[in-house]
Amino acid sequence: MAIDLDGLLDDAKSHIDDAKTLQTLDAVRVEFLGKKGRLTAALKEVGALPKEEKPAAGQAVNKIKVAVQALLEERLQLLENEALHEKLSADAIDITLPGRAKTRGGLHPITLTIERISALFGQLGFDVANGPEIEDDYHNFEALNIPAHHPARAMHDTFYFDVNRLLRTHTSSVQIRYMQSHQPPMRILSPGRVYRCDSDQTHSPMFHQVEGLLVDRNVGLTDLMGHLEGFLKLFFDQDDCEIRFRPSYFPFTEPSMEVDIRINKGSWMEVLGSGMVHPAVFRSVGIDTEAFTGYAFGMGVERLAMLRYGVKDLRQFFENDLRFLQQFN
Amino acid sequence: MKLSEKWLREWVNPNVDSETLAEQLTFLGLEVDEVTSSLPQMDDVVVARIVDVLPHPDAEKLRICEVDNGTSDLLQIVCGAPNARIGLVTALANVGSSMPDGKKLKKAKLRGIESFGMLCSGAEIGLTADNDGIMELADNAPIGESLLSYLELDDNIIDIDLTPDRGDCLSIRGIARDLCARNDLPLQLHEITEIKQQIDEAWPVLLASSSACARYVTRVIRDIDMRQSTPIWMSERLRRSGVRSINPAVDVTNYVMLELGQPMHAFDLDKIQGQIQVRLAGEGEKITLLDGREVTLTAQTTVIADNSGAIGIAGIMGGLSTAVDENTSNIVFESALFLPEQIAGKPRLYASHSESSHRFERGVDPALQRDAMEYATGLLINMAGGKPGPVRDWQDAPRIPKGEPVTVRRSRMHRILGVALPDELATRVFTRLGIAFDETAEGWVTTPPSYRYDLRIEEDFIEEVGRVHGFDQLPRTYPAHSATFRPVAETRVPTIEVKKHLAAQGYQEVVTYSFVEAEQLKTLRPDMEALPLANPISADLSVMRTTLVSGLIDTMRRNHSRQQGALRIFETGLRFLPALNTGALGLDSHILPNHGYDIQIDDKLVQQTMLAGLVVGRYSPENWNADDREADFYDVKADLEALFQRANGATLSFETSDLAMLHPGQRTAIKCDGVRVGYLGKLNPEVQKSLDVSQSPIVFEISLEAVCSAKVPQVAPLSRQPSVRRDIALLVDEAVTHQALLASVEQHAPDWLRDVVTFDVYRGEKIENGKKSIALGLILQDFSRTLEEAEVEEAVAKLVNATTKDLGAVLRV
Repeated sequence: MAIDLDGLLDDAKSHIDDAKTLQTLDAVRVEFLGKKGRLTAALKEVGALPKEEKPAAGQAVNKIKVAVQALLEERLQLLENEALHEKLSADAIDITLPGRAKTRGGLHPITLTIERISALFGQLGFDVANGPEIEDDYHNFEALNIPAHHPARAMHDTFYFDVNRLLRTHTSSVQIRYMQSHQPPMRILSPGRVYRCDSDQTHSPMFHQVEGLLVDRNVGLTDLMGHLEGFLKLFFDQDDCEIRFRPSYFPFTEPSMEVDIRINKGSWMEVLGSGMVHPAVFRSVGIDTEAFTGYAFGMGVERLAMLRYGVKDLRQFFENDLRFLQQFN
Repeated sequence: MKLSEKWLREWVNPNVDSETLAEQLTFLGLEVDEVTSSLPQMDDVVVARIVDVLPHPDAEKLRICEVDNGTSDLLQIVCGAPNARIGLVTALANVGSSMPDGKKLKKAKLRGIESFGMLCSGAEIGLTADNDGIMELADNAPIGESLLSYLELDDNIIDIDLTPDRGDCLSIRGIARDLCARNDLPLQLHEITEIKQQIDEAWPVLLASSSACARYVTRVIRDIDMRQSTPIWMSERLRRSGVRSINPAVDVTNYVMLELGQPMHAFDLDKIQGQIQVRLAGEGEKITLLDGREVTLTAQTTVIADNSGAIGIAGIMGGLSTAVDENTSNIVFESALFLPEQIAGKPRLYASHSESSHRFERGVDPALQRDAMEYATGLLINMAGGKPGPVRDWQDAPRIPKGEPVTVRRSRMHRILGVALPDELATRVFTRLGIAFDETAEGWVTTPPSYRYDLRIEEDFIEEVGRVHGFDQLPRTYPAHSATFRPVAETRVPTIEVKKHLAAQGYQEVVTYSFVEAEQLKTLRPDMEALPLANPISADLSVMRTTLVSGLIDTMRRNHSRQQGALRIFETGLRFLPALNTGALGLDSHILPNHGYDIQIDDKLVQQTMLAGLVVGRYSPENWNADDREADFYDVKADLEALFQRANGATLSFETSDLAMLHPGQRTAIKCDGVRVGYLGKLNPEVQKSLDVSQSPIVFEISLEAVCSAKVPQVAPLSRQPSVRRDIALLVDEAVTHQALLASVEQHAPDWLRDVVTFDVYRGEKIENGKKSIALGLILQDFSRTLEEAEVEEAVAKLVNATTKDLGAVLRV
């Protein structure tokens, strides 16, 4: 045979080893295994050999071809790995750079607090009811057993528009509207803005209340206390949260009480007023006082938010400084 | 009200310390605001007498006093007080006494003269505000005794914040009664003795039945020595109650009021002209009050009058013309019952709130007038002498309030309180509170004592039992509740979901006042009337907002002043549209009201829940690879489109707007199903200038209801056929809106046009001035078959021709 098979193999080996790129490797493949390649030529020469020499020569050439193919494959893997590796390192990024910036949005802490209160009372079946903020004297006072010149009106520094219209001083007015249009039993919460003609470090002319009303066949003061205590403990979610109930006076509840809380042995803070719905209120909306009893409470949202989130100055809620608000996002 | 703990303990003395006593009061519903010690601020102050006074050789204003402090030697003390005089009994701080500033008082040399101690004013010791001179104590005060024990200064001042229903507790005796009930102790009754008359004189009184007066008790006392000073024990008790000592007659009336709760008045008898008349004022009648103010009365006001006219407003304040002073020697004492219904509101009307009116507005014990008169007479003649006449007691019996019997059912008590308290507890509370009762099969029939105006219905008595027992002692329970399903409306998007959606888009919620400055509001919406408050808290919070944008502008201004440049904020809440002068509702043609969503109180006012937003500054926060552009109209429009899409309710369209507060070239009316529900645009630079803000933000305001109603989705079938896309670029005049072009395309498209994507809007090179090129990608797909190339070509050509016909569009090739 004219072809030096061993030389061919050595040659292929050195070409393959020299191939540094996938392209040159492919050129090597063509040079040896292509249609006009040297191994292809060798196989053709085998064809030209006398018959008895063919098998041995064929085998020899084939052996070389398999060897070359294996070498090519091996080299290909190597180069491909190298290429991949190169590409990956070229794609590497500084993962410590911050993500693409997006404007941060969020809800106002008063909304968050109202939501938290609603979520807790929602579990007990309380629905949310809304009402107007400009109210008439009847719904804000009269129907709540606060007739004109009642000394309790002095407790409410009221904003007036005229003799009959005013800014509601509490969300208790929503109670009346709801009871006028629904039948007991009922469980409602009415959160919203309320207004008092008073402004200093601890008073804002506008603030928020959540009023609660439960009317059913057999509701007593101890139920009110059970609900409020359960609520406050969960709202503050604090092991050391003490609650105390003090008798007080609201014209629309009888008995009436105020609730103070104390967290981590700090000072007592009044957080809500409450009581059993006064029969005069039930009568004004046509609910049978013998068939039904009910409780009502009203809590100051800002006060609860201040205690929960460590806000020191009431006015911050209405200044809307983004640096303040974004701490709740 | 303020009171002395020692005084209170004379009436009831439970075996508890001061702190517990205060806590008991608080838990009785008589909330203790503060307990302050009445101890002096110097610890070694004694009663001393000035024996001699010599001028200071080197200082005109100083004097050298020889002072007897009860020890064997006289002390030499230099003093500058104008009232330092021989014989004066006063307060001496010994050398070594602590001072209010924490230091010790030292021996001193004043202008060369040694001084061994300090003669003190009331203010220096911390007892009174009086700093005009050194204290003047009674001549018989024990020299050398410590001031603390002499004045019984080891006392506390308890400040109680009373609720308006407890008029009966506006006295030492009233508060003591509640403490008796709490501690199950009897009241230490103070015997009130009848003072025998020494003269026959009584002053004639005429009582008009229409007046506020139901009982009028008077007594003449002659020959009083008003120059006598009020004894220290009384002036001290008055002081601890926050009442200034004035003269014996006035001090006695105040003392009796504080102890028993009966307001009294002393008239100078020699200044009264003729009969005393208790009657309604004439409309416009004038009176000069004790404090020197002249007020004009209304016809509903009860006055005390004589032949000269009104000499006092009943139960509120006496008149100047008959006032008692140091020259008075004959008086008429008044101890009256004025009814709360007729006194209520009057103190406010005349801006004359007084200790007396405070009590009459809340109800004074109708059984007290005579006792108070006897008590006051006794006190006064002990202090200042005088000859009392007989007590005259005019009563309008039918009008004297009388507590009616009330049935208190045991079952009701258990139901209201939620717990079955024992009967014995209830009867014990009734007894201690002076509530009369008969036991019946179902409970009790109770009658309130005369002084309790607040006990009228069954629940009032039930509360007393719970209150005195202590609410805090009751168990906590949960009411029985049969849970039922409540509807979950899929057609409503809750407000909180709208807020969360906006927050997720980068918007920060703010809460601003509902009342705003009138001028700014007028600048924003000159076309709207705003409802003014009758009593605004300040000029910049004087009218109710007609747009929420005003508060957002304020928020922007405030944040900009604090270097917060980029803002994306929103607020929800009511706006208020009052009726116009014509009587018609002040509707906003730019945002129509959402009938039925918000509750209205009458037909003269619309209260509408709005959602408003403001965006200004960078689109995204500064960052290494951030888009550095400013947020613009289209950013905010996209946010709103997403919001409306989420509500999935109605067909949304954006149409031209003529709202003046917005930039004429960058504003739009937002329509839902053809109804104007809001607007969006850049703030008009003119408006921006007059509002004095540094940038023109993008603002929007919509009726919240528009994004809160949703449709329940009904799923459309999906096509399995391949879709094809054809892109066309149409050249149109600038005036042709995208919305018009799209409408034209959609109108002429085959029913297999699935979607249109607007992928480019181009102006510039190769485009004629005043024209723009809008590039649309048409997505075409049929449900039943693969579209043929030829029919697609034909349809697109037809579309293009139609837009040419409708809008003069030219296909760019």
